[in-house]
Amino acid sequence: MSDWRAIAAAALFAAAPALLAGEIPPDARRSGYSFMGPETRAMQDDDTSNPGMLFVLDGEALWAKKTGSAEKACADCHGDARGSMKGVAARYPAIDKALGRPVTLDQRINLCRANHQQATPLPYESRDLLALSAFVAHQSRSVAITAGDDPQARPFVEQGRDLFMRREGQLNLACTNCHDDNFDRRLAGAPITQGQPTGYPLYRLEWQTLGSLERRLRSCMSGVRAQAYDYGSPELVALELYLMSRARGLPMETPAVRP
Amino acid sequence: MAALINVPAKAKRGDVIEIRALTSHIMETGFRHTADGKLVPRDIITSFTCRYNGTEIFRADLFPAIAANPYLSFFTVAKESGKFEFEWIGDNGYSSTASASITVE
Repeated sequence: MSDWRAIAAAALFAAAPALLAGEIPPDARRSGYSFMGPETRAMQDDDTSNPGMLFVLDGEALWAKKTGSAEKACADCHGDARGSMKGVAARYPAIDKALGRPVTLDQRINLCRANHQQATPLPYESRDLLALSAFVAHQSRSVAITAGDDPQARPFVEQGRDLFMRREGQLNLACTNCHDDNFDRRLAGAPITQGQPTGYPLYRLEWQTLGSLERRLRSCMSGVRAQAYDYGSPELVALELYLMSRARGLPMETPAVRP
Repeated sequence: MAALINVPAKAKRGDVIEIRALTSHIMETGFRHTADGKLVPRDIITSFTCRYNGTEIFRADLFPAIAANPYLSFFTVAKESGKFEFEWIGDNGYSSTASASITVE
């Protein structure tokens, strides 16, 4: 009898890693919005109380402003963003044909600046870059996420998935340990979410400003006492791509508000 | 700076209406230090005023503990059609204005 129990326990133990590393099924995927309190939800829902909309307004002005030695504005090539940018952010990070690797929306904006506007790249997390990417991503609000569907992106999605599953840092935790296995529980009083990047760039009350998904990932990495990857590094882009493909089908919320 | 104002476009005479004003500002407290120990100088909005057809109807003093991008909401009585003017004044000669119209029937 005790032998059987030992065998059953061993079998359960052997199966456990597979169960724990289980990805969240599509119908159980939830935006971070569903983990928030009513006050923070109300703040996001009303465009006149959502501070992220201030950045969207700035981005709208930048979209039409001529810049660089080519004296071109984004609008000169792309026209009215309401039509031309609808759904674009839901597909990013996307493969850049010339580079042969995925680029984030921020990197795409800077590639456009370099190649078409002959302008200097905007630094990561600078107000102008966040404003432009918030304005572009806002056009995809309520569009379902489809990033990572491109077959060319598959190896990079896999790379991102490996990083998501890999333990790192002094606390020896992988992203999956919290965001697949323990969402809906609490960490020091704060809800653990599924880590679905539906609303980036988003306004975090803790930051008192808008921030990118890369900033969020880097703060999680310092949280587990790991060396954070640099902004724009291939690892962060792969992680971002995996996260977006993991959120497939969820609607975009940019600019979201999070605590 | 960018501001988001919410004033009802139309109201009945005598209605109590809500006005909401959100503006872009870092609200740097003046209590924080940089990584190398230098004090980050204070840079906040110190005063907000709302005028309804020229008459001041609401004023607020703001202080360092107020969050970035301050959001204010208040009520008034719709008396006549016209314009609401908003003004934010702050450190380092900061000044920003916005306005919104209302039709009172």
